[in-house]
Amino acid sequence: MSTDVLEPGRAAQPRAARPGARRPVPKPVLGLAGVLGFLLIWELVPRVGLVQPRFLPPASEVIIALVRDFGLTAFWVAVGHTLMAWAIGLAAAVVAAGILGLVIGMSPFLRRFTNSTIEFLRPVPSVALIPLAVLLFGVKIESSLMLIIYACFWQVLIQVLYGVADVDNVATQIAQSYGFSKLQRIRHVVFPTVLPYLMTGIRLAASVALILAITAELIIGSPGLGREIADAQSGGAISGMYALVLATGLLGVAINIVMRQVEQRLLSWHPSVRGEVVL
Amino acid sequence: MKTLKSLAYVVALPLLLVLLWWASTRGEPNFFVPTPSALVDVFGPTWFEGRITGDVLPSVGRLLAGLAIAIILGIVVGLLVGLNRTLRALTEPVFEFFRALPPPVLVPVLILLVGLNDGMKVAVIVVGCIWPVLLNTIEGVRSIDPVQNETTRSYGISGLNRIRYQVLPSAAPTIMAGIRQSLSIGLILMVISEMFGSSSGLGFTILQFQRSFAIPEMWSGILVLGLIGLALSLIFQWCERRVLRWYHGLKEVENAA
Repeated sequence: MSTDVLEPGRAAQPRAARPGARRPVPKPVLGLAGVLGFLLIWELVPRVGLVQPRFLPPASEVIIALVRDFGLTAFWVAVGHTLMAWAIGLAAAVVAAGILGLVIGMSPFLRRFTNSTIEFLRPVPSVALIPLAVLLFGVKIESSLMLIIYACFWQVLIQVLYGVADVDNVATQIAQSYGFSKLQRIRHVVFPTVLPYLMTGIRLAASVALILAITAELIIGSPGLGREIADAQSGGAISGMYALVLATGLLGVAINIVMRQVEQRLLSWHPSVRGEVVL
Repeated sequence: MKTLKSLAYVVALPLLLVLLWWASTRGEPNFFVPTPSALVDVFGPTWFEGRITGDVLPSVGRLLAGLAIAIILGIVVGLLVGLNRTLRALTEPVFEFFRALPPPVLVPVLILLVGLNDGMKVAVIVVGCIWPVLLNTIEGVRSIDPVQNETTRSYGISGLNRIRYQVLPSAAPTIMAGIRQSLSIGLILMVISEMFGSSSGLGFTILQFQRSFAIPEMWSGILVLGLIGLALSLIFQWCERRVLRWYHGLKEVENAA
């Protein structure tokens, strides 16, 4: 347990050794207390009258609405739509950016040649493409995909470019003197260096993809959780809307946890992950 | 000669792409994609006759206000939480939840709570942008070198001085990474908050062009948003280089060794 170990910075303080001193409360307990405290404040704010309950219903009402949602098929269909757009968009962006990143990154000429264009296109906010997506595809999943792929592509591409630039010169020279072919060099020298960068890019892109999936649904109206939120708001189902907002947050947390697990599995050999496990 | 060559590298691909665009739209006119010349023709009248001051500047103002509040609040709260181990454990799951919450869903919530006004738009940007800054500040403060902590303590440096001369500089690279993430989120939220039940602003205008099928004008709006994004990222890079000059210098020395 990390909490049992004294932090090096605190070792000099005599406080911990004093008889009768409080033992540190375990971290998960504190975390749970924090969550409960947050829910309690949320419950009290509308009940006391700080905010009108018709604008912010008490936490208990929202949680009941969320539990009710869990029993509805329509809710899971919406979750399915959102997750499908998320997964297809993310996968397409990762494949395209991964391959292009390797090709561009490994050629010094291409890197210089494309640099200005990449730096110009990258900061263009993907939501600027919303009107275009509506014109081209209307209220269909393709609209969401267009936004998701555009936004995620840059996240992954930049990371892969950084990764290729980080490849060790000595390793490249050794591979050359051993007569590695281009493919072998990519497989055994470049790819292992790029992988941690790629995973960081994918992890960032995973949350960006969720943001844009929800955004497209909210504004364009393609099917999914975002559209349900917009519908609930315009229909005046306020507890229902808060329940859906809570659900998107939980979905985001779940995606983060899964991506972190995948990253640790794939990079179990890498020093950064090995270090984390020891802690 | 050398500068000429690097200039050629900078402009070659953009020129090629514009040429390609020009060539591909020259034959039969595509309804969705205007020719470059049509876009240029439309750009001036669309934006310079009133819309710059009426729509663009207010939007950018709200964006900058929201970002500034989010960054200051994020760093201050991040320092408070990061320096206190109990507080950190207490708030961690709640903060993780808010970070994972897709910021656009806050737009309908804040419309309810604040109403349809400028305050709502700034609030949306603040509430969306604060999390990367806040969590990165906590992370940066947490991972300060313990030897450095003991050194400051044994020299009797504490309180505000410690924060100013030890904590903030050590956490600066992580904090800057958080601010970089919050920039693009802020821009997204600026546009969305205006697309969602508003009657002015850049996001509203672009959506309006699309609904009235004013295609070249719509593209010019996308171009304006791109330029704002580019300007924001250039300004940030310049600031980052200044703030972290010592850090990049240190990295270069380390890499050279």
